[in-house]
Amino acid sequence: YAWDANEEYLFKAMMAFAMRKYSRKSTTQISNVLLCNMTDRVSFWFVVTDSSKNVTTVPGSEVEAAIRMNRHRINNAFLLSDKTLQFLKITSTLSPPVEPSTPVWLIVFGGVLCLVVAGIIFLVVTGIRRHKKKNKESTERENLEEKGEVTVTVENGIPCEALDLKAGHINGVFAADDERFTSL
Amino acid sequence: PKEDGRPKWDNKFQYILSCIGFAVGLGNVWRFPYLCQIHGGGAFLIPYFIALLFEGIPLLHLELALGQCLRKGSIGAWNTISPYLGGVGAGSWMVSVLVSLYYNTVLTWVMWYFINSFQEPLPWSVCPLNENRTGLNTECYESTAVNYFWYRKTLNITPDVTESGTLQWWLILCLAACWAIVYLCTIRGIETTGKAIYVTAIFPYLVLTVFLIQGLTLPGASDGLAYLFTPDLSTLKNPRVWLDAATQIFFSLSLGFGGLIAFSSYNPPKNDCEKDAVTVAIVNSMTSIYASIPVFSVLGFKATTGYWDCLDRNIISIINEFDLPEESIMRQNYTAWISFLNSSYPEKIAGLKLKSCDLQEFLDQSVSGTGLAFIIFTQAIILMPGSQAWAILFFIMLFSLGLSSMFGNIEGVFTPLLELQIISESIPKELLSGIICLICFLIALCFTLGSGSYWIDIFDRYAGSLPLLVIAFSEVVGVVYVYKIKRFSKDVKQMTGRKPNLYWQITWRFISPLLLLIVFVAFVTLQIQKSPSYAAWNPKYEGFPMKEEKVYPPWVLAICVLLAVLPCVFVPLVALFQLIKQMCRSKKPSCVPPEVFSCQGTN
Repeated sequence: YAWDANEEYLFKAMMAFAMRKYSRKSTTQISNVLLCNMTDRVSFWFVVTDSSKNVTTVPGSEVEAAIRMNRHRINNAFLLSDKTLQFLKITSTLSPPVEPSTPVWLIVFGGVLCLVVAGIIFLVVTGIRRHKKKNKESTERENLEEKGEVTVTVENGIPCEALDLKAGHINGVFAADDERFTSL
Repeated sequence: PKEDGRPKWDNKFQYILSCIGFAVGLGNVWRFPYLCQIHGGGAFLIPYFIALLFEGIPLLHLELALGQCLRKGSIGAWNTISPYLGGVGAGSWMVSVLVSLYYNTVLTWVMWYFINSFQEPLPWSVCPLNENRTGLNTECYESTAVNYFWYRKTLNITPDVTESGTLQWWLILCLAACWAIVYLCTIRGIETTGKAIYVTAIFPYLVLTVFLIQGLTLPGASDGLAYLFTPDLSTLKNPRVWLDAATQIFFSLSLGFGGLIAFSSYNPPKNDCEKDAVTVAIVNSMTSIYASIPVFSVLGFKATTGYWDCLDRNIISIINEFDLPEESIMRQNYTAWISFLNSSYPEKIAGLKLKSCDLQEFLDQSVSGTGLAFIIFTQAIILMPGSQAWAILFFIMLFSLGLSSMFGNIEGVFTPLLELQIISESIPKELLSGIICLICFLIALCFTLGSGSYWIDIFDRYAGSLPLLVIAFSEVVGVVYVYKIKRFSKDVKQMTGRKPNLYWQITWRFISPLLLLIVFVAFVTLQIQKSPSYAAWNPKYEGFPMKEEKVYPPWVLAICVLLAVLPCVFVPLVALFQLIKQMCRSKKPSCVPPEVFSCQGTN
């Protein structure tokens, strides 16, 4: 927005408002605030006079304190911030950065660690199970061979599984010959 | 799946990805772009590719063929080639151990930044307040918020390497998490790393592409890229450039660690290792170049933003001084205004003490290594919209890159141990890898002290550089002249189906050993010439925030020398030991000559 006489009026009003809130007497009027040396940059000097004390100016320190107390309101009236509306010799107090109660990084760290530990436990457990199964299989095989209780039936010294049982009972030569005989 | 008791890769792709993941590491992102920048941009590619052709690819092929033929880890493989060369394997193993220790601590830093990236605003973007809340913390105010977060909040660095400081508990937590992740992925050797590598090797490429697209859209990216790639051929006259290219190729391919030998030892014997070697080397170099594009776009963006900030500050002071209306001086007509005002009111302008803003100066601030990732890049990320997402992506990418390299390091430690007779068969793999990770974690706790980052620099400079050159030189000379190149060529022919052609013969016999020797001598000369010093972060230094140059005290120097010499000394020691054993044995008449081994014997 452009800086014109209306904005100046608003500024005077804000200064009067600040002085009233600070000193808690309702005597400061808009006419008490005087602006001078207005430049294109939009920078100027201003003084606040005290009408009750015979047109003397209010000490700078009081004005400074008043502005410091109401800085937020003044900024908002002009839609500006501490950086864009600068009062020379009045430095703004810095607000501390927001700190959550538990640092965020600890939460993330906890999540990551839980996942990793769960993965490790899963892999270790499957590894142990695999190891046990392998051990059980190898001990079973060892036991069978040791005790000689081989449950493999033997026919003529040849284990049955090696033979094709069907081939022993059904003679392929004769079975196929059925077709040579003429049917009755 | 197991064949003759030895574990196998699930498929060829896993093997290639593991080799690529091992070779492609943090150095591709933060060392190669820096070298390109300081050595004349595009012109650096010439010595780089020459080194790749004559040094990188032959050595890589040699290691892969060796592991595949002998089907053993580094210690077993070299013992089999010749008992006199057993020291090479032991040296490789030692280097893998030393590098694993400090490399995972770098990943700890990456993890710390990663878990801090979930905060809004990012913790390295604002300075904390001092005690009485009147202003910002002094150390932070004098340097920058990013520097403060890195040196104070992360490292809590001491001003001197001799002051150890205390253990930083947050780093210990992250270190434990990192070693737990490494244990999770390497718990059963290549069975588990083979699955993990799919993620850790491919993910960085995705993120690099995203950063590439984002980086190219940032303002000032083109300045950064032009600065990077404009070739300055005059730098080629400087021998330093050639040395840097040779060392970069060598360390980038992770040669001499024994990890590549371990990886290829799990291959079936009839595998084309020649093609594999060429593939891995080319992918590694392409990745380096591909990574430097987003890095430099972002650096260009950061330089431009810095330049604009400088201009803006000057403009504000001029406008305030001369009471000119707002927006009368813009960045575009700044130079015109300055010259006008300088001619009309020179004293006023001089009184303002304006800083000279030069874009070149901002671009010239080149950093490599951890400084690039944790200071420069984090600062650039703050300026991007949606900084949390970019920070998270960036640090996950760095973590994956480092993790896949860690797999190779750990495999280089793990595989030889599995083959030693000392470790009995009954110890399950899970327990052995757990013990290795636990011991490494306990030793690496020293790096979480206040002076930890100084020690990591020492390890990186001395343990991770010189011994590798010695080991690689011994490897080439050992295979070519002790094992005899004819035998080796026959072995390779049996594996790949064709005899190695003239290129391999010439490079293996003459060029690579010669190059390595030259690089080694030049490297040692350069190290000896300048007295070893380091840059310390000392808030009480007058030139703060510049770093203070300090010299290593003698006991630290002794440790440096020990680190560099210890792996190398295995090579001559074992050879000597075997020689003495042989001489003693030859005196006894009833000696059996050692059996002659050859690749053909395995099948």
